[in-house]
Amino acid sequence: MPNLNINGRNMSVEAAPDTPLLWAIREQLQMTGTKFGCGAGLCGACTVHVNGEAVRSCQTSLGDVAGKKITTIEGLSAKGDHPLQKAWIAEQVPQCGYCQSGQIMQAASLLAKNPNPSKEEVVAHMDGNLCRCMTYSRIQKAIMRAASEMRTASNAGAERRAT
Amino acid sequence: MNTHVKVAPQASADLSRRSFLVGSAAAGLALGYSAGPGLLGADQALAAASNFDPSVWYSIGPDGLVTVTCGKADMGQHIASTMAQIIAEELGSNWKDMRVQLASNDPKFNDPVLGAQITGGSWSTMMNFDAMSRAGAAGRIALTEAAAVAMGLPPYFKDELVVRDSVVSHPKSKKSMTFAEIVKSGKITKTFTSDELKAIKLKTPDQYTMIGVSVPQLDIPSKTNGSAKFGIDIMLPGMVYGKIVTPPVRYGATVKSVDDGEAKKVPGFIKAVILDDKTATTTGWVVAVANTYANARKAADALKIAYDSGPNARLSSQSLLDEAKRLQALDDSGLFFVKDGDTAAAFGTAAKVLEAEYTTSINIHAPLEPMNATAELKGDIWHIYSGNQFATRSGAIAAGAAGVDPKFVVMHQMWLGGGFGRRLDADMMVPAVQAAKAVGKPVKVIYSRENDMTMDFSRPLTFQKIKAGLDGDGKLVAMNHDVVSAWPTKRWGIPDFLSPSVDKKGALDSFTVNGADFFYSVPNHNVRAILNEMAHNATPSGQLRSVAPGWTFWAVESMIDELAHAAGKDPAQYRIALLDGKGKNDGGAQRLRNTLLAAMGMAGYGTRQLPKGEGMGVACVSSQERATASWTACVAHVAVAPTGEVKVRKLTVATDVGTQVHPDNIRAQVEGAALWGLSLAMYEKATLKNGGIEQANFDTYKPLRMSQVPEVAVNVIANGEKATGVGEPAVTVVAPAIGNAIFNACGARVRSLPITADAVKANMKA
Repeated sequence: MPNLNINGRNMSVEAAPDTPLLWAIREQLQMTGTKFGCGAGLCGACTVHVNGEAVRSCQTSLGDVAGKKITTIEGLSAKGDHPLQKAWIAEQVPQCGYCQSGQIMQAASLLAKNPNPSKEEVVAHMDGNLCRCMTYSRIQKAIMRAASEMRTASNAGAERRAT
Repeated sequence: MNTHVKVAPQASADLSRRSFLVGSAAAGLALGYSAGPGLLGADQALAAASNFDPSVWYSIGPDGLVTVTCGKADMGQHIASTMAQIIAEELGSNWKDMRVQLASNDPKFNDPVLGAQITGGSWSTMMNFDAMSRAGAAGRIALTEAAAVAMGLPPYFKDELVVRDSVVSHPKSKKSMTFAEIVKSGKITKTFTSDELKAIKLKTPDQYTMIGVSVPQLDIPSKTNGSAKFGIDIMLPGMVYGKIVTPPVRYGATVKSVDDGEAKKVPGFIKAVILDDKTATTTGWVVAVANTYANARKAADALKIAYDSGPNARLSSQSLLDEAKRLQALDDSGLFFVKDGDTAAAFGTAAKVLEAEYTTSINIHAPLEPMNATAELKGDIWHIYSGNQFATRSGAIAAGAAGVDPKFVVMHQMWLGGGFGRRLDADMMVPAVQAAKAVGKPVKVIYSRENDMTMDFSRPLTFQKIKAGLDGDGKLVAMNHDVVSAWPTKRWGIPDFLSPSVDKKGALDSFTVNGADFFYSVPNHNVRAILNEMAHNATPSGQLRSVAPGWTFWAVESMIDELAHAAGKDPAQYRIALLDGKGKNDGGAQRLRNTLLAAMGMAGYGTRQLPKGEGMGVACVSSQERATASWTACVAHVAVAPTGEVKVRKLTVATDVGTQVHPDNIRAQVEGAALWGLSLAMYEKATLKNGGIEQANFDTYKPLRMSQVPEVAVNVIANGEKATGVGEPAVTVVAPAIGNAIFNACGARVRSLPITADAVKANMKA
């Protein structure tokens, strides 16, 4: 019975260690924001963070993540107000919305490391995430908007500290 | 048509209380309403005491919140939000007070024009605009009259009341009441007959304050935090999981035997259920049922199933194409969709006759949410949870699978994780219902991606031949257009969806030839719809975003270009001359011409010399059907390498939508549709081999990714005509625009979709 640290909480799930993390999150923990898309790591709908890295939860077994910090879309922010989530609303990105949890989680791992990505870096980082509604240009705009707002916020923080 | 006779206990007490102001028929149907367990909070909201329900389409609570029930499937086109917006315009409510929920399959939520619950054809806004406007206006009138009474104003003050932002106010006396206060006052008594409803004077466009405004879509926040519930997300107490096992051939197999010896070793395995599908939607399917989906998958993989592969096991894409060519060559094939003038005579006197053949491959919907359905039998009512585009038919298929009358099935609509036409089909009902029946528990069946792709009701392989005659001036005087394909809509078995041929010799599937009845003036014009029975049986096809215009305009708009070049004329000017608006084409032709001119202007078509190897191409389309057309034109700008590799530099799309309800949404839909068109034109291809679809996941079936997105410029024309649909038309215009651009860039004419570098290189002029 593996113990998992998900969204800052320790939880135990009744599942074999070879169970894909995706299904444990969705069925045992009933957090359904993480989606099943292809089961083969080809679409990115199931993207979560493990120790801050974006991974495909359909390709990650429970045994692989014991003792590691897992973050799902439900845990990305306290109130759905991560700069990316706000930017996603501001740019009115989602159409059907099914891939967007994965898109946001994939984008969050980029901005955590690179607060000022170029368009090419965004495309390279996001190219494994399919959007069948083809909202790609809005996804790009939202990532740029969030990056800009995060930089502004961190600059403001730095200035406050300086004075 | 299914009418519910069963009233679930939790709803029965409230039904007599409800006052339906709209239509007597609605009240009758409402008495048969079977409410579900309130997954979305919908039924509870409706049943709460002292709500004001001005029509079946919305309810206003004592808190002033307006909850709109959307009878349309919302697959990302934000139609629920759009319905709320149209209602809010006439109701006078504040946008922040609007909420949406999704309808059950109760017939009272049927489309007011179509008389069923079906979402497709880019029809929803066009066909519901009037009904939602009247529902909103009726509510405003009732609220206003009640407010006048509650504020103690004499009746003749009624016309001095102002309704705005969910408040009814009387400026002269400085009195006002919020919608919430009016509902709580209990003074609402006004009812409307359907004649009174029809007589309501609606706002004129100059009075609009909501229509034409890009309000925040109501569903979007829930799609950024994981809280939106799709079909796959439903959780029921005691629920178990099913994974389907499908045969190696797409259709026609039967299960000879199932050995579950190894599957029994999988922990949590419950049962392997062989489907007995009297609806003939599926053939040779087995469901492995287990306590979790992971275990159901393991058990499914462990089943040893012997099949009789059936009659289609030797067929390939090539066999379907060969059969299509054979059928097209027969004089008596098919049925006439268009028969104007005398083409045979016209070809006899034509100065020049051209012939060309166009093909499109099998294409797979592949919405990102794989097909799924959850079935639960409670009492004698089947409850089905699944995002679907055709609740009326899905309920009937579920009933067929359960062996009950459709009135015993309640469909609970969910957000759709992509529809694109795939969820017009209801195959997923069958394994869910039969597995739930077999194990006596609620079962959620989830297709793997491999199941989803290989068992798709795909866009059919198509073969088209066009023969065209030009007079001495290069004017198009005759066209024979044959369209050979499987007939997706015929498969539904609903006669109303078929159309009589123009010579009344039979019923044809107009959803295979729409678009071929274009708005160009061609005096002698035949279109034959030819059923490819072999493809129809081997690859049961479905409606894929834009349906027939996705292939008919590929052929027509490529051929028009070929004709223009043969006549030595600019392809855009050639089209403009054909769009003369004569006779039956009056109105539509001029709109299409204007749209084409707008796209040309935006793209700078013909204004500058492009570098060698680059070219622009145009196309213009009247998708979806002639009667429900939107007017869309595209200028594609491509660069072609000597290897035949095509890079699409820019797509410029102009579309005339009549009236814009939500400008930002229209742009999102048009851009998404155009990129679908690009994806189908360049990247997506499925093939049949040994009766089975060869592509099973996104490694071999390859929809457009972010790195392949070109610049897309969208120009929306709102000329004040009625609102038209926007979800599909831009799909159909892109492939021919690209094909025509490739010709202008390098002289290679491609006639087969998807376009490959090899095909371009092979057709390049030496």
